[in-house]
Amino acid sequence: MKELRVLAPTAILGYGFPIQSFEEGLRRDPHLIAVDAGSSDPGPFYLGAGVSFTDRSAVKRDLELLLTAARERKIPLIIGSAGGSGGEPHLEWNVDIIEEIAKEKKLSFKMAVIHGEISPELVQDKLADGKVKPLPPLEELTCEELEKTERIVGQMGIEPFIRALEMGAEVIVAGRAYDPAVFAAPAVLQGFDRGLALHMGKILECACIASTPGSGSDCMMGFLREDCFLVEPLNSARRCTPMSVAAHTLYEKSNPYLLPSPGGALDLSETQYLAASSRAVKVTGSKFIPDPNYTIKLEGVKKIGYRTISIAGVRDPVMIQQIDEIIDSVREKVAENFAVQNLTYFLDFKVYGKNGVMAGLEPVVETNSHELGIIIEAVAPCQAKADTICSFARSTMLHWGFEGRLSTAGNLAFPYSPSDFQAGPVYVFNVYHLLEVSDPCELFPMELCQVGEVGA
Amino acid sequence: MKLRDAADVIRSKNSGPYELTFDIIFKDSALFRKVVDSGVINRELFAKLYNLPLENVTAVICFSPANAIKATIVRPIPSGALGERDVYGAQQHVPLLDVEIPL
Repeated sequence: MKELRVLAPTAILGYGFPIQSFEEGLRRDPHLIAVDAGSSDPGPFYLGAGVSFTDRSAVKRDLELLLTAARERKIPLIIGSAGGSGGEPHLEWNVDIIEEIAKEKKLSFKMAVIHGEISPELVQDKLADGKVKPLPPLEELTCEELEKTERIVGQMGIEPFIRALEMGAEVIVAGRAYDPAVFAAPAVLQGFDRGLALHMGKILECACIASTPGSGSDCMMGFLREDCFLVEPLNSARRCTPMSVAAHTLYEKSNPYLLPSPGGALDLSETQYLAASSRAVKVTGSKFIPDPNYTIKLEGVKKIGYRTISIAGVRDPVMIQQIDEIIDSVREKVAENFAVQNLTYFLDFKVYGKNGVMAGLEPVVETNSHELGIIIEAVAPCQAKADTICSFARSTMLHWGFEGRLSTAGNLAFPYSPSDFQAGPVYVFNVYHLLEVSDPCELFPMELCQVGEVGA
Repeated sequence: MKLRDAADVIRSKNSGPYELTFDIIFKDSALFRKVVDSGVINRELFAKLYNLPLENVTAVICFSPANAIKATIVRPIPSGALGERDVYGAQQHVPLLDVEIPL
């Protein structure tokens, strides 16, 4: 029976995994170890600032185990969305960790580095050719918006990985990639069905999140066959059930029956989930519907200023009762004080214990909290101005005289000195568009290099 | 019966930076069927619970393989934009908990 066994160690490189689970996976003789390192979930900052949302030491710990095992067994190790966001600095950061491990462990291998950052100029040319389309609810991209963009990445499909494997890469580290691609590419290269390969990848990319109890930091094994695939968690404390695997299809997606992917859509309308054992689930019927127009999803961010925040608590019941009016008054005072300087800024008060988590979506109108947590936040075109606005709003609120006030020494309880913290540059998403390509590899240049001594 | 008593999972999460998606996974297929047939969980419900225009409730889909109903709305602001309260969108499910299901 033709079978491709894929070991998915963890949901995100750096999230960790138990060594016992990993060894259990190695005992099943995998043909491939693959891991997705990225997500846009942590928000726009990491893509803009060029830093990873995972910690370097944690990533190194995971990679050391993966690289060593993959080289011992002479099986490929594939990493997608390097450094979390998969831009150029993220990729360099991850390559640097790999090279460091190779040196320390005296490992030697052929490594493909596939780039995922897309230059705004290239997007501009494509835009002029009518090849860039917005994803709802966004509008058409404009040249003006592109000029403001700090960084853009494109989610590569399976093709750049296939090309790297064909060229003999033993380790592949790629920029931003469609999460399932790292699992599906070797399978498609070997002639397995693309729909089943992608669906299996979709489950494996989150490792054990599809098991019960779920976990993003434990290992899952995938067994891809000609007409089905099986998934099995590698920790005996977990199991996959048809429910847990089917439910995972819902996760972070808008429509569980039709999942868009680079070059087509994954059609799960006839997919069946069956118990293969008490801990493994067999999946059949998933289909890939190719799209004649191959599109790449772009993610881009722009910098809009710098942030400074102050954290404080309020316990006084008279103040709590009037908190909205007091905040309005402080806002007015800040505006009035800096009107002469014509400062542009964003000032926000996040009131925990009232509507801190849901803001406008909060259905509870009346607050019964005996204390409130407040974050005063200022965003301005430069850090110094953000400091100014935050500091002034904080001192104004601290000494604000309100109706019925008994506590005339101060209104805020600060847990820290300093009370204010610079949070650095602020980015927002401004590109979330589809770019049509004629060649799935055209946006993703690759280098193949020898790491360590040949034959070491 | 309240939705929290009929479901094993009620969750919210980003589906990309511009959408928020809700999953309600029911305890068994009989309950799932009853809730679907009751017609209570629809686009209008989400528009009302989250104070949104109806067109911002992108879809409400029944997914029988997981005994689940899935709904997706346009985020009030993109993830991480100024005024953000929940970058991952993981704590926006609460208004669903007490929705009354006529069973």
